[in-house]
Amino acid sequence: MDVLAFYAFAAIAVIASLLVIGQGNPMHSVMLLIVSFGALAGLYVLLDAPFTAVTQIIVYAGAIMVLFLFVVMLLNVPREEPAPPGVSTLLGPTGMRIGAVLSLLLAGEMLWALGRIGIGWFSQGVTAASVSSVALIGSGIFTRHAFAFEATSVLILVAMLGAVVLARREHF
Amino acid sequence: MLNWLPPPEIIAQLGLIFVIFNMLVLSAAFMVWMERKVCAYIQDRSGPNRVGFEGVLQPFADVIKLLFKEQLKPKAADTVLFAIAPIVSTAAAFAAFSVVPFGTETTLFGLLDRPIPLEITDVNVAVLVIFAITSMGIYGIVLAGWSSNSKYSLLGGLRSSAQMISYELSYGLAMAAVIMMAGSLSLREIVTNQSGYWLGFIPRWYILLQPLGFFIYLTAGVAETNRAPFDFPEAEQELVAGYHTEYSSMSFAMFFLAEYVNMVTVSAVATSLYLGGWLGPFLPDWLGWIWFLVKVFLILFFYVWMRWTLPRYRYDQLMEFGWKWLLPLAVLNLFVTAAVVLLVG
Repeated sequence: MDVLAFYAFAAIAVIASLLVIGQGNPMHSVMLLIVSFGALAGLYVLLDAPFTAVTQIIVYAGAIMVLFLFVVMLLNVPREEPAPPGVSTLLGPTGMRIGAVLSLLLAGEMLWALGRIGIGWFSQGVTAASVSSVALIGSGIFTRHAFAFEATSVLILVAMLGAVVLARREHF
Repeated sequence: MLNWLPPPEIIAQLGLIFVIFNMLVLSAAFMVWMERKVCAYIQDRSGPNRVGFEGVLQPFADVIKLLFKEQLKPKAADTVLFAIAPIVSTAAAFAAFSVVPFGTETTLFGLLDRPIPLEITDVNVAVLVIFAITSMGIYGIVLAGWSSNSKYSLLGGLRSSAQMISYELSYGLAMAAVIMMAGSLSLREIVTNQSGYWLGFIPRWYILLQPLGFFIYLTAGVAETNRAPFDFPEAEQELVAGYHTEYSSMSFAMFFLAEYVNMVTVSAVATSLYLGGWLGPFLPDWLGWIWFLVKVFLILFFYVWMRWTLPRYRYDQLMEFGWKWLLPLAVLNLFVTAAVVLLVG
């Protein structure tokens, strides 16, 4: 039952994510991304981490995607025209070629890294209680992972400042 | 003889799901009738009184009428999203109720070996689940507004989602104060924490410890369900019917169903968080669900009463009230509660 549910959620997540980049209409991409996030939340539930699953839905599927949706809706992004036939994107402009090489490199790197450390590394020190208990997650964030937590918030602040600078560039 | 049947717990669970689903549908029908009746009496009319006793069958007649109407779709609408929007709305409304407990554990008069709780599922993060599913309901409205390809729908959808996002903050902060007092995210535990009496007769309900929180929750709840006096998404003078202007037939009825089921859920959660859920005097434990129904009914009646008493605010007033008054109040409430919980334990 659990295995069936895992494959169902995993298949939905992968297929929806692939469809996200294949849509002509940005609205449809946003909706498919929400479906993908929902399937990820289902996977977290299967891992006995209901709190992470609910947070995933509230933060990603709920808050962040609503913002995406607003931007897409208000900017009224036009439909993307399909590329003219006979033009292979892999042989397209230099940017695309570099991108393709980089993504292949990343995939190879990830496969190599995962193969070296093995899957078991991720479950070290993780117990069922430490992912399902809200109190343990809370104390974990503010004690053991305090530095990573604070560093992430600084990172988000930098990204926010960057967005403001980029958006207001013409006024300076 | 009957060993091909699944275990009795599973049958009982499926039966419970069936009963709850149909009770929610019926409660929406009942709400439509009550709304029209109360509105009529407030305006000194008699309201529906032809179909059934005092018009109680009127909602069913309306549903049959809607079922037989033609399903229209604007030519420029986005076919897929236009069809999905009412489904998202209704599904989110029904799903949110699945974690609301409405009674103690029962063996159904000894039919079962192990008692089952009177709720679909007891999740240890129930409050957050409700919050998450409610935020999914916004998509139904946004999509309906956008996919209709009509300016009234789009403006209605935008207003509605902006309103829901603004008031969701106060809504969540009011819930957080109760969570801190109960020390649990499970609605069942929050309710059982409210059992007992002060001085022998004052029930230990959180409404007495959190009167401000209850006020914030109810106000934000009205805004979340897009009800008057905050019913801007369907402000007739400005937006025709808001996000569901272009919908007809059953898909229109589904938006209405979702709105009423959402009201029931908001009231049921308010009952669990602040009014002690199924706890109450005089009745034995296994009849607690009667208290639950009475409390939910009173809150629903209050909603209807308010709708026909207060005029609609202006949109800028709504936003100002939400951000400049309700949110700071909710934050203050949270801080005071946290300080008291920390000092008193």
